[in-house]
Amino acid sequence: MAGTDNRPVTTPAIETHGLRKAYGGTVALESLDLRVEAGEVFGFLGPNGAGKTTAVKLLLGLTRPTAGRGAVLGAPLGDLAARARIGYLPELFRYQAWLTAREVLELHASLAGVTRARRRSEIDRVLELVGLAERASGRTGGFSKGMQQRLGLAAALLGDPALVILDEPTSALDPVGRDDVRAIIREAQARGSTVLLNSHLLGEVERLCDRVAIVNRGRVVAAGPLSGLLGETAVRLRVTDLARAGDTFAAFGVPEDGGDGWVVVRGLSDDAVPALVAAIVTAGGQVHAVDPGRRSLEDLFLDLVREPVLREPLVREPPVREPGAQEPEV
Amino acid sequence: MSGRRALVIAGLTLREMVRRRVLWVLVALVVASVVLVGWGTERLVTLAREEGVEGLQVRIGVSQILILVAFMFSFVVATSAAFLAAPAIASDVETGTVHALLARPLRRAELVIGRWLGLSVVVGLYAALSALLAIGVVALVSGHVPHEPMTAVGFLTAQAIAVLTLALAFGTRLPAMAAGAITVVVFGIGWFMGVLGNLAVVFEAPSVQQAADTVRILIPTDGLWRGVIYGLEPPILLLLAAGRNVDALAANPFYAPTPPPVAFVAWSIVWILLVLLAAIALFRRREL
Repeated sequence: MAGTDNRPVTTPAIETHGLRKAYGGTVALESLDLRVEAGEVFGFLGPNGAGKTTAVKLLLGLTRPTAGRGAVLGAPLGDLAARARIGYLPELFRYQAWLTAREVLELHASLAGVTRARRRSEIDRVLELVGLAERASGRTGGFSKGMQQRLGLAAALLGDPALVILDEPTSALDPVGRDDVRAIIREAQARGSTVLLNSHLLGEVERLCDRVAIVNRGRVVAAGPLSGLLGETAVRLRVTDLARAGDTFAAFGVPEDGGDGWVVVRGLSDDAVPALVAAIVTAGGQVHAVDPGRRSLEDLFLDLVREPVLREPLVREPPVREPGAQEPEV
Repeated sequence: MSGRRALVIAGLTLREMVRRRVLWVLVALVVASVVLVGWGTERLVTLAREEGVEGLQVRIGVSQILILVAFMFSFVVATSAAFLAAPAIASDVETGTVHALLARPLRRAELVIGRWLGLSVVVGLYAALSALLAIGVVALVSGHVPHEPMTAVGFLTAQAIAVLTLALAFGTRLPAMAAGAITVVVFGIGWFMGVLGNLAVVFEAPSVQQAADTVRILIPTDGLWRGVIYGLEPPILLLLAAGRNVDALAANPFYAPTPPPVAFVAWSIVWILLVLLAAIALFRRREL
């Protein structure tokens, strides 16, 4: 994961200001402020119904905003020329069942304006990339969900688009397929594409993305580099036989008792963990386990999106009683 | 507006029609119907000749059979056009296929026009083939060739294209089944008002006639059907020679002494274009 503190000053791949979408009285997206820099893999997260798919549709010009503005690849939302430089894998993908995988890609290459001379080699490249080269002449109607998803990914990557928008690209894939997709996304980034990744698999986002935005109730509730969002690390170690613990830890921070023989050291950078372990061993301590203990993206996500829900009176959590409060009537 | 992208979609539509079984089932049914028509007509003509019915009478009889057969085909072709065209856009929206297509630099107008072009080729060929086969088989077994067979083929094809355009337009906003069903109902209303209009002439009911004329302009399919009848009608001289009361025939929904006026034909073309433009406008406003 690359830090983004020294981002290049270029036109952002995606930029929106107060983008809003309401269908009649139903607000699908409250106000979206988003900035995705060119060349990064950006995680776009949020619970179901947060407005992610609406946001993607607005970015692609499939639907028009009720208010606000935005630009994709420096052009207004839905701009035809910009769309030629975007690859999109929809969440609910289904390709024409009567076409072969190669024909689906030929259709998309032709619509995307990939030149006839480049088309064949480009289609071969993406088929190979997603592992469908041997099924190129198979009708997509006979494809499994996973193969359809691979095909969708191939279509999205045709012609090295400047921006690739992937809506749940691994939802139908097994662990091997997911690993393949991670490699494919990294390769797309290496070839110069910006990737907007919308996924519920937070572990995957954590491994892939440079920066993330978490959307809840139609607004961005957190955005930034992962390292910044996840906060300080709290390394947990299980150590025995350490005689002068205070002296050993002094250079690294104040150790806290984590219970069950665990010691917690806060504010330690990832790079300093091996040095701490080496110091403990040198001092004669036995290290049984080390847990980097950083807050996971999942913890952050749940904290951010659950909080407002807990305030709802309908959530059936056990009541928290104030000291001295009356017993509830049963 | 890019003609190239619209043609890509037209090609996709053609390929879809050819690869899916529904078109071939329809073609097989047409062939089966034509075989039945040929067999039945041949039997009737042979029987009539054996009974010593005059050649002229036989020819008029066969011409009426042909018009009835054409009526059946007109209904079958119109219904097929409605159910082939209604899902063309509606199903793409329902399955999400359209999202992947429209995320490409493809305008919605190009998608609608491409779909319309592809469907028009398929449905037009299907209508023309059905009419030509029916006319050909009847000519083969009875020797009766209508006086303007190509006029009949042309009007049947135009009627099918009018119906498919309407179904496509409904399909831009409604689910496929609803769009198909509503189109068939509209087609039926058009035909029924045409029949009512004929009766109104005979019974001198001007208000009914006015209503029928208005519907005929709003839904020109029945007017186009009159063109089919005219093309298949035996020449008026034949009817006079047979001593038929030509005036009384005005009430017959299967009789058309004159071709549809040029102005009506022109209006039908404009109508198809207007419905196509409405389809584009409706689809452009649709939230996907």
